[in-house]
Amino acid sequence: MTVPLLEATGLHTYYGASHVLHGIDLRILPGECVTLMGRNGMGKTTTIRSLLGLTPPRAGEVRVRGKIVTGLPPHRIAQEGIALIPEGRGIFPTLTARENLTVAARPGRWTPEAVLDLFPSLRARLHHLGSQLSGGEQQMLSIGRALMTNPELVILDGATEGLAPLVRRQIWSVLRRLRAEGTATLVVDKEVRPLLELGDRHLILVKGRIAFAGDSQEWRARAEENLVLLRA
Amino acid sequence: MTLSLFALQLLNGIEVGLLLFLVASGLTLVFGVLGVLNFAHGSFYMLGAYLAWWLAERTGGLIWAVLLGVPVMLALGWAVERFAISRLYRRDHLSQVLLTYGLVLLFNELQRTLFGNDVHGVPAPRALDWTVSLGEMQTWGAYRIFTSIACLCIAIGMRQIILGTRFGMRVRAGASNGEMLEALGVDVRRLFSVLFSIGTALAALAGMLAAPLTTVFPGMGESVLVVSFVVVVIGGIGSIKGAFAGAMLVGIADTFGKVLLPSISSAIVYAVMAAVLIFRPQGLFGEAQAR
Ligand SMILES: Nc1ncnc2c1ncn2[C@@H]1O[C@H](COP(=O)(O)OP(=O)(O)O)[C@@H](O)[C@H]1O
Ligand SMILES: [Mg+2]
Repeated sequence: MTVPLLEATGLHTYYGASHVLHGIDLRILPGECVTLMGRNGMGKTTTIRSLLGLTPPRAGEVRVRGKIVTGLPPHRIAQEGIALIPEGRGIFPTLTARENLTVAARPGRWTPEAVLDLFPSLRARLHHLGSQLSGGEQQMLSIGRALMTNPELVILDGATEGLAPLVRRQIWSVLRRLRAEGTATLVVDKEVRPLLELGDRHLILVKGRIAFAGDSQEWRARAEENLVLLRA
Repeated sequence: MTLSLFALQLLNGIEVGLLLFLVASGLTLVFGVLGVLNFAHGSFYMLGAYLAWWLAERTGGLIWAVLLGVPVMLALGWAVERFAISRLYRRDHLSQVLLTYGLVLLFNELQRTLFGNDVHGVPAPRALDWTVSLGEMQTWGAYRIFTSIACLCIAIGMRQIILGTRFGMRVRAGASNGEMLEALGVDVRRLFSVLFSIGTALAALAGMLAAPLTTVFPGMGESVLVVSFVVVVIGGIGSIKGAFAGAMLVGIADTFGKVLLPSISSAIVYAVMAAVLIFRPQGLFGEAQAR
């Protein structure tokens, strides 16, 4: 059996006294695309923050390629080959687009040229400050910046939220390409259909617990119940 | 005021401003990037000046004192960040003021114990013991010329590092979103350590360079701290460019104030600050909204 790229078991995470995650189990195999669904406030972002050590879980364990990383500072976990595209994109506003790409780059096949081939529209914006870019451009830049760390797992917290249809399509196609190239992804989004087309396996979070876990076929077999879980 | 006197005062003001910039740039970076209001920053200036005096007496000159003193202060800055400042990153400003003010008292005690409470003069290097005449009455000391040029080179070097290197890029990124930088695999704690110790060394260097110009005395740290805060507020918190502009403005205003309006000279820099804040509450180069 392959060693999971990332495996979390029994995560319990708190913000101060409020208990947000109640025992999350999650595994991502190398090259796999896993999606994380759930209404607002169900704990998707908190799950991601727990995996990366940004909000360390109080109980439970996170392993990367079998190695326990719980308790390590976030940069050490990221250096294991995990890159985050956060909610709100997290573009550095006072850095130029080019600087955003290179600020945390690590060597590998993803270079600024490769990122610009993926997102040609960024080419003309390289010298603009992060704060001057449109939402779509910021999302492309955030993806590009993550790829520049040459990760094995890309975590997208909100792939297409708030973006124009054209940009959305572009981002889904980039995610398909990453999957084809064997980069593992953990994707959060509001749009169920593209997630089901893209993902190998899906999780639905309800109030900090996993209410559904299964592949696309299993998801569709329970579509009605699942849609109820996702309805706002 | 004759033209030559005016020119001399202007040059002196610029020199005072440049020295002030070395202190204020560290203060503004530590506040802007690390989010810590460091009252002990002036103590590094004071310790630098005392160290310059103490080392110059033993090694035979200011240049050796600087060469030995700067690494010592880099190490001190590193230790202070590691053991004290790093505990403040998630704390409110009150905790920061309490701890860093505690450090001020500690460093003052250290100064009393190690160096005593006497006032000392430090001779300028002998090679710089000449003057340039400005007009008929005024002379400009070579040491002052040297200090101004040295500070200017450091300011230009800082600009190159901040705008042109990956370290500088990360400093700017960390100032707006340290967590994001960390999540991308950058060791932000180490970045902060390095930045803090550079800030410490710059303040100390300013104290060392100022020693032959101002004498070395207890309490010099507190007075430079207050003026540096004025510079940081004028320039806009966290802005290096602002610290430079603010330091120039304060240095020149203070120098001319002492000549033209000696009776109220100590109020001049605050008047400048008030005037700037009326028109730009966020400071000359500050961000409009609060962090
Ligand atoms: N920084 C925080 N402090 C306190 N509570 C928080 C914080 N962030 C999120 N929460 C709470 O934790 C729960 C899960 O939030 P989150 O993980 O952001 O959900 P999602 O990403 O699924 O929308 C929500 O009830 C939210 O109000
Ligand atoms: Mg969220």
